[in-house]
Amino acid sequence: MPSRHARRFVGIALQAALVVIVGGVAYAAFRNAAQNLADAHIVSGFAFWNNTAGFDISQALIDYSPSTSTFGRAFWVGLLNTLLAAGISLVLATVIGFAAGIAQLSRNWLVAHLAAGYVGLVRNVPLLLQLLFWYNSVLVSLPQLHGSMALPGGGILNNRGLFLPRPQVAPGFGYVVTAFVVCIAAVALIRIVIRRRQDRTGEPGHLLWFAAALIIAVPAVVFFAAGSPLSFSVPRMGRFNVEGGVEILPELAALVLALSIYTGAFIAEVVRAGVLAVSRGQTEAAQSLGLRSGTTLRLIVIPQAMRVIIPPLTSQYLNLIKNSSLAVAIGYPDLVQVFAGSVLNLTGQAVEVIAITMAVYLAVSLATSLVMNLYGYAIAVEER
Amino acid sequence: MTTAAKKTYRRETPAESLPPPRDRSGALGWLRQNLLASPLDMALTVLCLALIGWAVPPLVRFFVLDAAWSGADRAACLASPQHPEPGACWAFVRAWFGFFVYGFYPLVARWRVDLFFATLAFGIAWLAWLSAPRRDLGAVYFFIVLPVLAFALLSGAPRLGLITIPTELWGGILVTVVVATVGIVVSLPLGILLALARRSDLPAVRGLAVAFIEFVRGVPLITVLFMASVMLPLFVPERLSPDKLLRALIGVSLFASAYMAEVVRGGLAAIPRGQYEAARALGLPYWRMMALVVLPQALRITLPNIVNTFIGLFKDTTLVFAVGIFDFLRTVEAARADPHWVTPVTSVTGYAFAALFYFLCCYGMSRYARSVELRLARHRR
Repeated sequence: MPSRHARRFVGIALQAALVVIVGGVAYAAFRNAAQNLADAHIVSGFAFWNNTAGFDISQALIDYSPSTSTFGRAFWVGLLNTLLAAGISLVLATVIGFAAGIAQLSRNWLVAHLAAGYVGLVRNVPLLLQLLFWYNSVLVSLPQLHGSMALPGGGILNNRGLFLPRPQVAPGFGYVVTAFVVCIAAVALIRIVIRRRQDRTGEPGHLLWFAAALIIAVPAVVFFAAGSPLSFSVPRMGRFNVEGGVEILPELAALVLALSIYTGAFIAEVVRAGVLAVSRGQTEAAQSLGLRSGTTLRLIVIPQAMRVIIPPLTSQYLNLIKNSSLAVAIGYPDLVQVFAGSVLNLTGQAVEVIAITMAVYLAVSLATSLVMNLYGYAIAVEER
Repeated sequence: MTTAAKKTYRRETPAESLPPPRDRSGALGWLRQNLLASPLDMALTVLCLALIGWAVPPLVRFFVLDAAWSGADRAACLASPQHPEPGACWAFVRAWFGFFVYGFYPLVARWRVDLFFATLAFGIAWLAWLSAPRRDLGAVYFFIVLPVLAFALLSGAPRLGLITIPTELWGGILVTVVVATVGIVVSLPLGILLALARRSDLPAVRGLAVAFIEFVRGVPLITVLFMASVMLPLFVPERLSPDKLLRALIGVSLFASAYMAEVVRGGLAAIPRGQYEAARALGLPYWRMMALVVLPQALRITLPNIVNTFIGLFKDTTLVFAVGIFDFLRTVEAARADPHWVTPVTSVTGYAFAALFYFLCCYGMSRYARSVELRLARHRR
């Protein structure tokens, strides 16, 4: 048995050796990279950031033109597109996941088994395959431009995308928004008052219908009083394309569909496990107090289940954000396609471009887990 | 006394047993409890039946009844007077089946791939069957013998008379299986090392492990693959530049190692402290303590999670398309564009076939993980 000092010495020597090896490999890699880049006449550094990009991007949320915009601008376009697709999918996946997770626990045999079938099928097929299926099989079979489907409400659907009316805001619209916000604040205030009274007297208050009426009616009155300051630019069929309106690219639609259906199945499992983790005694106690099943679910089971659900739900959200990079397979202009694809190929700055891309995903992942952790703390059990 | 005796009541004969309530037993009771318990349940049941009625018959018609099972080219799968509504084009899958399995692997050498599949299946069976004899030998076979054997078989060993077949010709299910197998063979040992490093007392070791694991888990696999394919050639001298498949394999293995490390770490954390202390008290040094006491227990309880990670890895192998590798899904993508077979139903058929393959593999593995979990739960009780 070596002495304590000897063990400590071995530990320090081991660490020193490890650091030297890792540092040595990194240094050798750096030397080789510098040599190889010099051979290929590529100047490393971030000077390319301000050079003119010169390639087009099919969807840009901020102004972008191939002839004047820079590679830096292209980066922001790609990043915003990633965030857009991931954001929409996040919301949809949460809705699908909670619905399917609760449905799996339904006492209705058919509902439970249909939900379980959805989860089992979707979880066991690669996301990329599902994405290609939605893009190449479903969306391609939509009608051509001339056979476009007219949707109720003025939308147009064809294989070039989904065209929706674009809202156009007139000056008076600010009043409507203000009225809306004020009403929500008022409802929140009334809710607190009712809560207080219920805590004091035990008398429950019913706010739902009143709140709904208030939040809808007051802004509606203001809207008409301000002279209807909102109009829609309805998409119209042009000769060669659809004119006006907001265009949703088929690539975006396929990506959102695939991501939200795939992640929804995983969230369903998370939700199911979370609800099952709440002990049966809690439900029974609530029922013996006379709570109805809906109220039991809302007031007893879900709040406790959420504490179990949040950590795995966070990792599913992170997976979704990372999986949005599969957009590159169908040519949706996300960060990877625009930046790690087009920009890298045009500039040859592999090291810088890949480093920036990875740094962005790391930052987005960290930000997401920070938000979810804060939410987790907010709903944690207050132990006495 | 007599009045009290009169008031008591004693049953002289056993009560006749009644049949269970009608709405609690039998098919009718089952229906009532599981499908028609309340008006809402009835509505949901009707909705679900409508959904099934709307979706299932067309699917059966498309994939089975109207499907074209044989044919020489696209004509078999096009709409014709006999077939106004063409179904799935299974003839296309049959025609391209060899390509789906072997890619461009030369016809004369395909027996080597078959032999590889057989040796792999043998190794998997040995390890997966928990009461198989000498599973330690099985591990040696799977993690040391099999990789050497597979390399000699697939890539070639001129000394043994097996001609070299460049990896550009590999493709299809072969590549999918190779990527997944290399991923597990590398990531399990590496993941164990990383997990041990992360729980180490030595700050430099722990710091490097944490940095690697958290970095890799924070970025998408595609960017890791891009890094492997674009940056790796820069980092080594030009003459050592690895070929395309090897680069992808390095990327996938590193990626899987980080996830495996977290799974193994969970298992290590679940081993009671007393086990470590007892091993120490017996005088076992660190590595023997780990190898003889801790890891056997930790790996046993993490086996279901390892299998689940492997399912994720298996699905993730599809992403190697991004660096130009012809995995199974990519061969389907290539084949569906073949002008001899282009029809409106070719893509769907190809995707359905691919989905069936992945589903059977992943579902099988998840059933296995589940059965191991149940077995462990039984042991623990």
